[in-house]
Amino acid sequence: MVKLTFRSNEWEVKPGMTVESALKKLDIDPEAVLPTIKDTLITTDYILKEGDVVKLVAVVSGGVNEM
Amino acid sequence: MKCKTCGKTAAVNMRHHKLALCGEHYLEWLPSQVQRFIEKQKLFTHEDRLLVAVSGGKDSLSLWDMLLRLGYKAAGFYIGLGIDEGIAYSEESHQKTVQFIEKFHPDVQLHVVDVEQTYGMTIPELSRARRRHDKPCSVCGLNKRHIMNRVAVEGGYILVTGHNLDDEAAVLMQNTLRWQTGYLARQAPLLESTHPNFARKVKPLARIYEREMAAYALVRGIDYIYEECPFSTGATTLFYKTLLNQLEGQSPGAKLSFYLEFLRARKEGLFKAAQDSVQLHECNYCGQPTSAPGLCSFCRMWERGDKPSPSIVLDAALQFASFESAGVTEEVTT
Repeated sequence: MVKLTFRSNEWEVKPGMTVESALKKLDIDPEAVLPTIKDTLITTDYILKEGDVVKLVAVVSGGVNEM
Repeated sequence: MKCKTCGKTAAVNMRHHKLALCGEHYLEWLPSQVQRFIEKQKLFTHEDRLLVAVSGGKDSLSLWDMLLRLGYKAAGFYIGLGIDEGIAYSEESHQKTVQFIEKFHPDVQLHVVDVEQTYGMTIPELSRARRRHDKPCSVCGLNKRHIMNRVAVEGGYILVTGHNLDDEAAVLMQNTLRWQTGYLARQAPLLESTHPNFARKVKPLARIYEREMAAYALVRGIDYIYEECPFSTGATTLFYKTLLNQLEGQSPGAKLSFYLEFLRARKEGLFKAAQDSVQLHECNYCGQPTSAPGLCSFCRMWERGDKPSPSIVLDAALQFASFESAGVTEEVTT
């Protein structure tokens, strides 16, 4: 199986599908996350392999931008 | 997917640009995009002194990094807001900023103003002390705008902030839905100094997607504060960002064209009437420009809190001034 994590959430999906398909299946907006494996960015056409652990990094985070 | 430049495995795919790049070429491409925008909008030159407002977040740290890599004279400015809320948010954001400097640019200057030390209360304390119990975000925004402007003016800097395209598009959508023409007239990547006590303000990331900024920080290895400000939960801006992301998913480039077409319309004078109607006065207390006669919002806010009393505010303000003239530029180190 393939593990996906996002903040404190964790899911498992079957290998063989693309990251994009996995995100769609989990109802996660691809625009809102960046997928990484072992701290390296991957694109959403990457085909997931058995044992992959994909960490989804939130695009929106804190900040104190005001003008 | 392959890098368009070298053919290696791509790290970032930008559907709106129909472009995929590997990490190495992405780190070259994004600063070049920022440079193009700086030149096109005539934001500043290599001769100008820049003050980059840093928060420990991905946008401000990455912006500062890119400006320094592009050869600009850019000092950093950090405001200690005193937000703890059980997760030591401000402390961690300051730590991230200091760690960034140590790792990437050990010789740069960081100016720091701590709100509690300078004015007597943290932002959450001030928010709670207000009679109307104002939301911390509005209290925070007002304080940051005032302090950043003041330090930039007194230090002879251009104030640079890390607002990205998603920030700008979300605010634009919010203001458009309410036809807030006054706000729309003032939304721009460059705000000229219209008063001796108003700093020139620029947003070099205004056409860079938030996703691209997060990718830059990850590829570059910038360790930024990942958690959202504890007070930002449910913030309206986040709601609009989600809506715009849904739009972007269906129509790549929608956010960018929404913003750039707004800038074009603005440049052609669509909001000129609202722009011209703003009259500035000087605050009776601090001298900073304000839209209404009397005290500015910042001075009214500190005056109305249960504490400190107006006299203490006066003392704090004087300390602030002397702190700056002594060179606020105290470098906070580890």
